[in-house]
Amino acid sequence: MSVQEARVLGEPAVAQRPRARRPRGATRRLSLSRLALYGITGLVLFYLVFPIIVVIPVSFSSAAFLQFPPPGLSLQWYEKFFGRRDWIDATLLSLRIAMITTVIATVLGTLASLALVRGRFRGRNVINAFIVSPMIIPAIIVAIGVYFFYARLQIVGNWWALAIAHTALALPFVVINVSATLYGFDERLEYAAMNLGANRRQTFLKVTLPNIRPGIFAGALFAFITSFDELVVALFVSGTGAVTLPRKMWAELRQQIDPTIAAVSTLLIVLSVAILLTSELLRQRGERLRTALPSKDA
Amino acid sequence: MATVARTGTTDEQRRRFARLERGVQLRYLLLLTPAAIFLVVFYGYPVAAMLARSFNDPTWGLENFRRLTVVRSHEDWFLFSMPMNAYIRVFMLTLRIALIVTLITLLLGYPVAYTLASVGASRANLLMIFVLVPFWTSILVRSYAWMVLLGREGTINRLLIRSGLRDEPLQLLNTRFAVYVGMVHILLPFMILPLYSVMRGIDRNYLRAAESLGGRPFDVFRHIFFPLSLPGISAGSLVVFILSLGFYITPALIGGPRDVMISMMIFQQVNMPNWGLAAALALILLVIAIVIYLLFNKILGVERIFGGSRT
Repeated sequence: MSVQEARVLGEPAVAQRPRARRPRGATRRLSLSRLALYGITGLVLFYLVFPIIVVIPVSFSSAAFLQFPPPGLSLQWYEKFFGRRDWIDATLLSLRIAMITTVIATVLGTLASLALVRGRFRGRNVINAFIVSPMIIPAIIVAIGVYFFYARLQIVGNWWALAIAHTALALPFVVINVSATLYGFDERLEYAAMNLGANRRQTFLKVTLPNIRPGIFAGALFAFITSFDELVVALFVSGTGAVTLPRKMWAELRQQIDPTIAAVSTLLIVLSVAILLTSELLRQRGERLRTALPSKDA
Repeated sequence: MATVARTGTTDEQRRRFARLERGVQLRYLLLLTPAAIFLVVFYGYPVAAMLARSFNDPTWGLENFRRLTVVRSHEDWFLFSMPMNAYIRVFMLTLRIALIVTLITLLLGYPVAYTLASVGASRANLLMIFVLVPFWTSILVRSYAWMVLLGREGTINRLLIRSGLRDEPLQLLNTRFAVYVGMVHILLPFMILPLYSVMRGIDRNYLRAAESLGGRPFDVFRHIFFPLSLPGISAGSLVVFILSLGFYITPALIGGPRDVMISMMIFQQVNMPNWGLAAALALILLVIAIVIYLLFNKILGVERIFGGSRT
């Protein structure tokens, strides 16, 4: 193969030399460096996942304090979590805030993406940068900005005010995900639909929306988890009236640590694995949709 | 549609098309309006008003910045003496931690991304789970996990004592070391994902061509693969560095009393309550983040990353 390629380039002699000269050990040395590479990769992946796995057995521990490996098994920390009003209230509040954030951010973000991807108006790049900026700007800056604003309006401690702040943080993730699928969507399908007599609304609902749905769902998942895990803004804005789950965990972690936190963490890990699997499924479906059509550029 | 306008002969047709096009663009602007208004009211304005406080709270002027620059002492930095006070110290520490975390994530993330990009797609997807599960797991949970591992009664100390390597537990938690371990753990996925996406896009034919022209594997890597992966390096480093600058939760939970980063100092000033000073610190943090973004853009061309990663 190498000879043929080199012939095309017109320099066969140069190309043939290394093949003739390559010592017998060369492939083995290569596999040794491969082995080293795989070793490092394995260690790093272990480092990434091991701490998360360690939390799970701690949550089933029968000991009253941190101990690993646990001396015995029990479900007491889950009982404590589900039996205590403050934990359950915090969880329900976080779920409510995250769901409202998801709905508003997904609707606003999807509409904005359509405009940002399809529109050709002036200032589009500036607006895009502004909409994406909450993702990049340090959370503390957004947090105190919103806190000072809410303090003046006297709405610190309102759960819906926290949901609004979370929506601003979640919007960029929706815009990025929906924009990505919109770029991959063939606009000729819309022309075809309208050519066949569909009006704009029908075209959007029956052609565009189903095609960009994986991106919308992925963006919604990001929005949900952004709000559900958000702590820094909540530390300032939630006051005493809107204690979310991360806020409650933070308070526990700073006082005493009993394995209830491990039980909560395990439940959150299960949630994040579920979200990961969902988002992977969505991604694969999105790719299949895209490859099912001939590319516009091809 | 555009061709109609170009081939259309009469001015009347051209005008009508322009009117139609304006209508379409207006419709797009209308779609953008709700999100734009929402963000201006609940994010843009509050942040701008907060930053303005650094100049007008408690009084008009540069008083807040003057307080930040009151020199308490001097410290020798290489050849010149550096004016020093508590604020400058915290900024320097934050920059140093961000830089070191970025370098470590790059060193650890590059081989992982390289491996993921060189194995088959299905195996890469499987290995990717190891990167994505931490990515989707809450920072609080991951910080807590490091408390479990590094604590005095934690997993690592127990293993050390049981194996007879140590008699006394090591002080691992609430140290600078813990901050690095925890921050690198949280930020690694942000390095690996852009690196992987750029490396996947590298045309393997370039590597084959280099090999067939006699390049040894290391030379092929150094002269072909590595330069082509640079957009991923700059994207990953930029994201990790800027995220590190604003870290709060992890250093506050697993760092020591001396590991105060900018965010923690801003937090303290807000609670004092010293809002003007907090705003001034926030403004400086924001300026640093923006300057770093522009520098990266100038030197490494961040724009290429977004256009060039998908081919």
